[in-house]
Amino acid sequence: MTPDKLYDILSIYASSQGIRLNKDKPFVMDILQGLLTNEARYGYRSCPCRLAWAVKEKDSDIVCPCVYRDPDIKEFGSCFCGLYVSADWNEEKIAHRQVPERRPKEKRMM
Amino acid sequence: MVSKKAKIKLYALSTCSHCMRTKRFFKEHGIEPEIIDVDLLTGAERERIMNEVRKFNPECSFPTICIDDDVIVGFNEEKLRTALGIR
Repeated sequence: MTPDKLYDILSIYASSQGIRLNKDKPFVMDILQGLLTNEARYGYRSCPCRLAWAVKEKDSDIVCPCVYRDPDIKEFGSCFCGLYVSADWNEEKIAHRQVPERRPKEKRMM
Repeated sequence: MVSKKAKIKLYALSTCSHCMRTKRFFKEHGIEPEIIDVDLLTGAERERIMNEVRKFNPECSFPTICIDDDVIVGFNEEKLRTALGIR
């Protein structure tokens, strides 16, 4: 899998979910490269913006798309990483702000 | 404005897009922080660094940026500019 191929697949997937990939393509490509790096490291596409446990069961909530994506998009228009966003976010109808970490502390690698 | 001798430490993940933006911001402004990619560390070394991160940012999220006594969490260009005295 290459970042370009993944971009094409996830663009279609995002639209099918009623959301979008961030319109900032270079930024998205960095995230996709991070996802593929984590897949090569751990065997699954762990969120590139979070420190993984490297144990699938413990990282299951942060395998992309993470379980926090939808509530984050609902509240902020963007997921924690900024990969998935709402159409309104892409069209700048809602403010772009930093998305706080929603993952419970007890689940994090700290 | 921070002095040229400001101690700048960037705790990052090598895979994280917000961390990459932060690294790029420093590079564009000719600033060379001490960069620690925590995901590339293992064992006791990672534990030692995570203890440091926790002290500055109890949320233990990335990037965590220390500029002298200021701590900035996440990529926030405005906060970085203010802390570094960049207009």
